[in-house]
Amino acid sequence: MTRAFQKIYTKIDNITKATVSLRATGVGNDELATVGGRLAQVVKILGDNVTLQVFAGTEGLATNSEVIFQGEPPKLRVSDNLAGHFFNAYGEPLEGGEIIEGEAREIGGPTVNPFRRLQPSELIATGIAGIDLNNTIVTGQKIPFFADSDQPYNAVMANVALRAKADKIILGGMGLTNDDFLYFKQVFENAGALDRIVSFVNTTENPPVERLLVPDMALTAAEYFAVDKGEKVLVLLTDMTLYADALAIVSNRMDQIPSKDSMPGSLYSDLAKIYEKAVQLPNGGSITIIAVTTLSGGDITHAIPDNTGYITEGQLFLRNDSDTGKVIIDPFRSLSRLKQLVIGKKTREDHPQVMNACVRLYADAANAKTKLENGFDLSEYDERALKFAKAYSEKLLAIDVNVEITEMLDTAWTLFAEYFSKEEVAIKAELIEKYWKA
Amino acid sequence: MKTTGKVNGIISNIVIVKADGAVGQNEICHVYAGETKMMAEVIKVIGDDAYVQVFDSTRGLKIGDKVEFEGHMLEATLAPGMLSRNYDGLQNDLEKMDGLFIARGSITDPIDYEKKWEFKPLAKAGDKVTAGAWLGEVKEQWVAHKIMVPFIMTGNYTVKSVVAEGEYKVTDTVAVVADADGNEYNITMVQKWPVKQAIRCYTEKPRPSRVMETGVRAIDTFNPLAEGGTGFIPGPFGAGKTVLQHAISKQAEADIIIIVACGERANEVVEIFKEFPELVDPHTGHKLMERTIIICNTSNMPVAAREASVYTGMTIGEYYRSMGLKVLVMADSTSRWAQALREMSNRLEELPGQDAFPMDLSAIISNFYARAGLVKLNNGETGSVTFLGTVSPAGGNLKEPVTESTKKAARCFYALSQGRADSKRYPAIDPLDSYSKYLEYPEVEAYLGEKIEKDWVSLVYRGKTLVQRGKEANDQINILGDDGVPVEYHERFWKSELIDFVILQQDAFDDIDANCPMERQQLMYKKVLSICERDFDFADFEECSKFFKGLINLFRQMNYAEWQSEKFYDYDKQIDAYIANH
Repeated sequence: MTRAFQKIYTKIDNITKATVSLRATGVGNDELATVGGRLAQVVKILGDNVTLQVFAGTEGLATNSEVIFQGEPPKLRVSDNLAGHFFNAYGEPLEGGEIIEGEAREIGGPTVNPFRRLQPSELIATGIAGIDLNNTIVTGQKIPFFADSDQPYNAVMANVALRAKADKIILGGMGLTNDDFLYFKQVFENAGALDRIVSFVNTTENPPVERLLVPDMALTAAEYFAVDKGEKVLVLLTDMTLYADALAIVSNRMDQIPSKDSMPGSLYSDLAKIYEKAVQLPNGGSITIIAVTTLSGGDITHAIPDNTGYITEGQLFLRNDSDTGKVIIDPFRSLSRLKQLVIGKKTREDHPQVMNACVRLYADAANAKTKLENGFDLSEYDERALKFAKAYSEKLLAIDVNVEITEMLDTAWTLFAEYFSKEEVAIKAELIEKYWKA
Repeated sequence: MKTTGKVNGIISNIVIVKADGAVGQNEICHVYAGETKMMAEVIKVIGDDAYVQVFDSTRGLKIGDKVEFEGHMLEATLAPGMLSRNYDGLQNDLEKMDGLFIARGSITDPIDYEKKWEFKPLAKAGDKVTAGAWLGEVKEQWVAHKIMVPFIMTGNYTVKSVVAEGEYKVTDTVAVVADADGNEYNITMVQKWPVKQAIRCYTEKPRPSRVMETGVRAIDTFNPLAEGGTGFIPGPFGAGKTVLQHAISKQAEADIIIIVACGERANEVVEIFKEFPELVDPHTGHKLMERTIIICNTSNMPVAAREASVYTGMTIGEYYRSMGLKVLVMADSTSRWAQALREMSNRLEELPGQDAFPMDLSAIISNFYARAGLVKLNNGETGSVTFLGTVSPAGGNLKEPVTESTKKAARCFYALSQGRADSKRYPAIDPLDSYSKYLEYPEVEAYLGEKIEKDWVSLVYRGKTLVQRGKEANDQINILGDDGVPVEYHERFWKSELIDFVILQQDAFDDIDANCPMERQQLMYKKVLSICERDFDFADFEECSKFFKGLINLFRQMNYAEWQSEKFYDYDKQIDAYIANH
């Protein structure tokens, strides 16, 4: 793709593991270049000294490798033909597919004016009570799964995506194992959904720094479908922890002072730039982001989940429930901040109170369990709370349950009546009168 | 002749500029990327190299690109017409920007220069005036917006003339003043002020003595915020900082509310954009938006402008304070501002302090909080800026630098606890860790004694002690088991639960419970306290817990009932009967 006016440099001054620097003029910040045929981006300019970050790593590059500047930042060609295709981190088709024609758009583009945004108000039903009942998700929201690496987060996410009735699903895979990549592909194929899916994938076989392009590529495609076409777009980003690790690698190579947990000081802003692309647009289009942040040993105080939690609109925790042997969405630690916009408004009026009562009674059961573990006698109430907890987790929380929200509410009322008195449930009197299952 | 320069280095949003003349620290300059003009601020000068932070994306910027220095610091434009506006961190009006996306270099006027205002003179020829003196007023929404001698005019002046009552644009001259040497100055309704400097046009800054009602029981009853005071709300994510701040901004008894959304989620600001124009201010009956200014620099907007946003908000607050108004400035979250400082300091390769924050973080924070306060203006009137910030401690750990520095500066501490949030006890303000230093002020004690009732503060302390004792009893129960402790322990624990459920917890999403006026708080609190002071003779702990659960349920229904409605009194009677029946 060399063009006539492009300047070619053949003298590199410094090479580190991820960057090269050389003397060059007329170079713009963030501009792309190729270094010995590998894609690179300008990250620092001091006078005529230009530093480039080489995405594929610098192994084997020599001081006389060819450096060609392209005069523009990274772009993605967007058109309706993106759908049904799999791309690498540079937006090139995988497996020798054809190059997609379309308008080339800069990735990582500007911010939507907050004043032009609409308030998210459309519920996304997933059939999973841990989400729909306790942590309802709406279009335009951004929410991650916080999961340990051994938990089936990719499977849950694929499930949510397929049930969510989105016009387009955009998968941004970062450091995805090849097996997981094939899993996603297969699940989407089996569901007959391939024509509404666009994937940008960096697998563990690719260089880690390439991952940094994946979210921006995925979101540029998402903005095309949501802004230009008014579609409801669901973006899946997995795994954002590996993305952040790549950020740390680059900042380390550039001699930046690390802040907490060896992460760059700008981690919050870097993550926010991605997640804040989630938006409800006035034209009816929307971008909803569901991401995965893997934890190490469930530690949410680590800089990556911690910063993420401050940016996203809630988080969903997966947990293996020992009582039922099923994976559930943890009702205590999970939260959807935007649920207030729809529950009891787009869903039945008793939704907020039923949800809270369930969690409160489930907490009573957790206390009873602690008592039991400490060798104390259980009161009669404790016994009932424990029985309730088991039924609640089996009939509602387990992620393999797939029912409508109204049915979930009815199930909850049935459980209330089965194990508790009206006073113990402590819900507004009018609602008790209307819904209590005698 | 302006100093100009050329770009000589680019590291993310820090640009090194070779300047051809004098450059001031914190001076504003404009960097040109082709036709696009971007604002930037000088943050360091070394020789003829000026290090500037660009309030925008530096993508595509090249060595040799043009820079123009403006000769002044970052300023806020202060004039009638700011209420109800939605600004970015640099006071650009977001509503006036075209297009869905914020284009690079978007600059819009913070006020309307064409609108005419009904001006009424307050001063007359011959009056002796100084900076901040009221020359006239216009009606901005329902606020009497004072037109003042610009704050930058130091020294003494004499009013030469003031225009007659009538309609004027903000740029029209409304008064002429002369200094001691007879030099005359035309005064318009617009003035500018550098945001990083405090406006000091007042005679004294007395200790706060009045309480600002917020309608939140856990604050007003337990740890009141003083008018002109400072407070902060630290809490891990999900603990309800933003919900609490929104509740306060809706209900607080203030004339003007300035909300600074600093590096937070855009959807939260959208909520304010959508709700405030429709919600009614419970104190005046006007729409909430009429008294509100929003400074919105969400987390994906440029980092440098995020730092500026808190200063812009505070400066506008001080401006309205000088008119003798009660202003409440809220920033969510000050941690994002501190992080912006960290990112800058990092790019400048400064030696870092704790957690890579700049060494002077603590000083910067205290300086900022010190700008709040109650002031006595030169004309004897008082005005106040109350400041409430949230802090988002990394990992929920309150020992991190931003929380610790803020703790030194702010007088009220509303610690949101993860445990309370997990068990959905909202607002998750921890009743034992949180404090209000204002409860210790004799002025405040006297004020509350008069406004609510005699010895109110000692009643507050009594409630706090009950909560403390309840917690101790609960610890014992957890160690020794339900049967291992005397029944009184259970009673003590359940009394503290009663206070928790009825007073401390509040449903921010219920139309009635969300806002609890002081009169209602007083009634509920005293009713609960009177029950706590009774000795119940329970046979065993199960009877005790059953009794209190029933009681709590009745009280909660009472909280949901409209104030002084039939239903309200009905629950009141039911509670009395319930206790009598025991």
